[in-house]
Amino acid sequence: MTDGTDIRRNDGAGDAKSFKGFCQEFSKIPGPGGEAPPLLRVSGLTRRYGACIGCAEVGFDLWPGEVMGIVGESGSGKSTLLACLAGHLAPDAGQVLWRDRDGRTRDVLTMSEPERRMLARTDWAFVHQNPRDGLRMGVSAGGNVGERLMAVGARHYGRIRATAADWLGRVEIDPGRIDDAPHRFSGGMQQRLQIARNLVTHPRLVLMDEPTGGLDVSVQARLLDLLRGLVREMGLSAVVVTHDLAVVRLLAHRLMVMKDGRVVEAGLTDQVLDDPQHPYTQLLVSSVLQV
Amino acid sequence: MTVQDSGYTFAYLDEATKRMIRRALLKAVAIPGYQVPFASREMPMPYGWGTGGVQLTAACLTPGDVLKVIDQGADDTTNAVSIRSFFARVAGIATTEATAEATIIQTRHRIPETPLTEDQILVFQVPIPEPLRFLEPRETETRRMHALADYGLMQVRLYEDIARHGAITRAYAYPVRVEGRYVMDPSPIPRFDNPKLDRSAALMLFGAGREQRIHALPPWTRVESLDFEDYPFEASRPDAPCALCGATDSYLDEVITDDAGGRMFVCSDTDHCAGRRAAGHRGASTETGA
Amino acid sequence: MYVATKGGERAIGNAHAWLAEERRGDPAVPDLTVAQIREQMALAVARVMAEGALHDPDLAALALKQARGDMIEAVFLIRAYRTTLPRLGASLPLETAAMACDRRISAIFKDLPGGQRLGPTFDYTHRLLDFALAAEAAPPPAPEAPATPGPVPHAAGILDREGVLQPEAGGEAVPPDLTRAPLELPAGRALRLQALARGDEGFLLALAYSSQRGYGRNHPFVGELRIGAVAVEVEIPELGFAVEIGEVTLTECETVNQFRGSATEPAQFTRGYGLVLGACERKAISMALVDRALRARELGEEDTGAPAQDEEFVLSHCDNVQASGFLEHIKLPHHVDFQAELELVRRLRAAAAGAQREAAE
Repeated sequence: MTDGTDIRRNDGAGDAKSFKGFCQEFSKIPGPGGEAPPLLRVSGLTRRYGACIGCAEVGFDLWPGEVMGIVGESGSGKSTLLACLAGHLAPDAGQVLWRDRDGRTRDVLTMSEPERRMLARTDWAFVHQNPRDGLRMGVSAGGNVGERLMAVGARHYGRIRATAADWLGRVEIDPGRIDDAPHRFSGGMQQRLQIARNLVTHPRLVLMDEPTGGLDVSVQARLLDLLRGLVREMGLSAVVVTHDLAVVRLLAHRLMVMKDGRVVEAGLTDQVLDDPQHPYTQLLVSSVLQV
Repeated sequence: MTVQDSGYTFAYLDEATKRMIRRALLKAVAIPGYQVPFASREMPMPYGWGTGGVQLTAACLTPGDVLKVIDQGADDTTNAVSIRSFFARVAGIATTEATAEATIIQTRHRIPETPLTEDQILVFQVPIPEPLRFLEPRETETRRMHALADYGLMQVRLYEDIARHGAITRAYAYPVRVEGRYVMDPSPIPRFDNPKLDRSAALMLFGAGREQRIHALPPWTRVESLDFEDYPFEASRPDAPCALCGATDSYLDEVITDDAGGRMFVCSDTDHCAGRRAAGHRGASTETGA
Repeated sequence: MYVATKGGERAIGNAHAWLAEERRGDPAVPDLTVAQIREQMALAVARVMAEGALHDPDLAALALKQARGDMIEAVFLIRAYRTTLPRLGASLPLETAAMACDRRISAIFKDLPGGQRLGPTFDYTHRLLDFALAAEAAPPPAPEAPATPGPVPHAAGILDREGVLQPEAGGEAVPPDLTRAPLELPAGRALRLQALARGDEGFLLALAYSSQRGYGRNHPFVGELRIGAVAVEVEIPELGFAVEIGEVTLTECETVNQFRGSATEPAQFTRGYGLVLGACERKAISMALVDRALRARELGEEDTGAPAQDEEFVLSHCDNVQASGFLEHIKLPHHVDFQAELELVRRLRAAAAGAQREAAE
């Protein structure tokens, strides 16, 4: 990384080739094994709101077990990007390719709705910033965790319940609360419940929108630890959108910095945060209060 | 046989409307359990009082048919009487109280105890056809759920029942899965009647007038009540025999007999009960009944 | 001793006979004639025509008599009658601009072509019971003046010409008909307006009121309110041109609502529309407000979750014949389903009691 070639993108243009090469040489995570394509390949993703840019020309690759952080302030386009990936918004341009469990490449944006729903229920997961958006508040904790299993055909009450109880334990919720309604949980517990609900079908990609937003600092720390552990145990890939640099520092292997809808800098998390090149990144990093 | 009131088309509805309904019926039969929208007409009885069933019966009736109408299993409950006399007046067809003699049976909330045959049509009056309605009030969303066979939410509700009460607590209108594809509400029949839906010899038609939906079960269709493998569906069993005829396998009405809380249980299906008594069966009560 | 009684049929017959007697009331009192109702209860007749969706004052008056004055029952009679009528064709679009206006007001201009005409309105009466009416004296004749016929163009036209009012989009040549095809959502504006025109006045009034109070506020002004007779023309295929077959009384209301615009689109007022059979002013204004509220999404407004903006909620519940039918059906026997529930509750209680006993041991 010190041979003079500027390997970090400062101009917003995606360059998958240099990224791939970079990852293979210096990445801490297992490389993509020979010629295998990445798990997720995003290119040219663009979404406008009238004359305003939501996000423009965003591209990146993601490999198994890799966590990509996307940071920026409000209006940077990071949430728009995530919403386009998740299928909540239709992008105006771009492509999203996904390698499924059979190794086939699927075009996510042109998939039929039944296929997309199946994907959202099995291989992909979405963790909302506000857990109430990602949970059924009128359904018990056990029902929430079991729903995805039931949606793909699980029909044995005892086994569904046992799986749900197991998952509650894994996210550090007392399994004895399996029949409690989510509104009786604290914010941190609700967020952990949402995570359990999402991970029960062993997805391979998790999209997270400000997963620690709105939580107390000590609760955040615990949640991040939990997420980091689960990601490692399950070999998850994840795209985490956040404005909080501490979150990316702890969770993400790589990050992209967005401003005004475009990527202004990208690279290994530690490198970008310790030695930011783009003025905006420098501003972000220096603005973080040191406590 | 009563004389048809000549001021009306046979069976009241104009021929174009009957054709529209029959087309919807054909579509419903072709896609068992799927709710087919139809342009329900205003009828001379209020919405909610059987207009869907009446329109289906009117579309199916031919002059040689014999019609039976029951409500809560009985021929002489007020609404059954009202609908039967309506058809007698506007169609002039023969009517009967004997299940075995009827070619078309219009029913509210029960399936007759007497097994039906391939020559019979059972028309159900349906208040709310959508089984997902109380989980998801939006029609636009429930339509999509059916199209994508996205029934996870329904199964979650059954899970919640077991978690809370130890058993699935749907006492009537118990949802079923038709030919492994569509989830259907069989109308507010008690769960006791659900097994009669499965592979019935008779054609079963369901009409919801106010909600403008028709669905159907062709004969010999596989109908399974929703459940879990380890909590299989159980039709309820009556606790006691009928006090009038002694039947042990028929659905019973509870009749309060005095101020002190005295009660007795009698067959809900009046024709079935009368038939058994005519054949000499007796129950614990000494009263022979009418 | 319990006897399995039969007698539903006789009970119904007796109920109907008593109903007929109650309808007539005290035989010493003169019988109410259909003509009296038509002439002297004209606004009740108008409402029955509007919600029954059939313009026939005599039939509406008869329905009111048969229904003993119960509005919804009368509307039901008209609807059931309407179902039996053969559909001959569709008229040309009604030219409300050519209406012979008995009443015409606009709240957005002090004066305008065609003038402001109050008509026979309750608006400025003092709501004091007039006991003279009980004495059945004839009213003094109202003052007359020669008629001043002349065009009465819509107030909206004035705004249209200036370009400050959003123009109405053209519709299909043959609008959809929810009495002939099942209502499917989302519905277009034409279908919504048809549903509202037949909808319950009270329900629409409440929704309109709610929007004024902030549940989906759209700042309405009454641009035009007119009541009068409009010619109905039908194209006769054999003749090749249209012929006037009669006239109907209509109430029309156009509202001018909150303007919208942005840096790229210049500001324009938006509109709501209400049209009702007969003289039903309150209904027409309510309808215009609800129409405008339901257009929130197509006009790019925020969906605040207000009931008046919720198309599915409004259209599913605005028909009072459907609503009252379903409401009142709960009077019908439900003892079979209730029995099933009763047994279930008993079983659950027995199981819970059993579990408690076991736990105690």
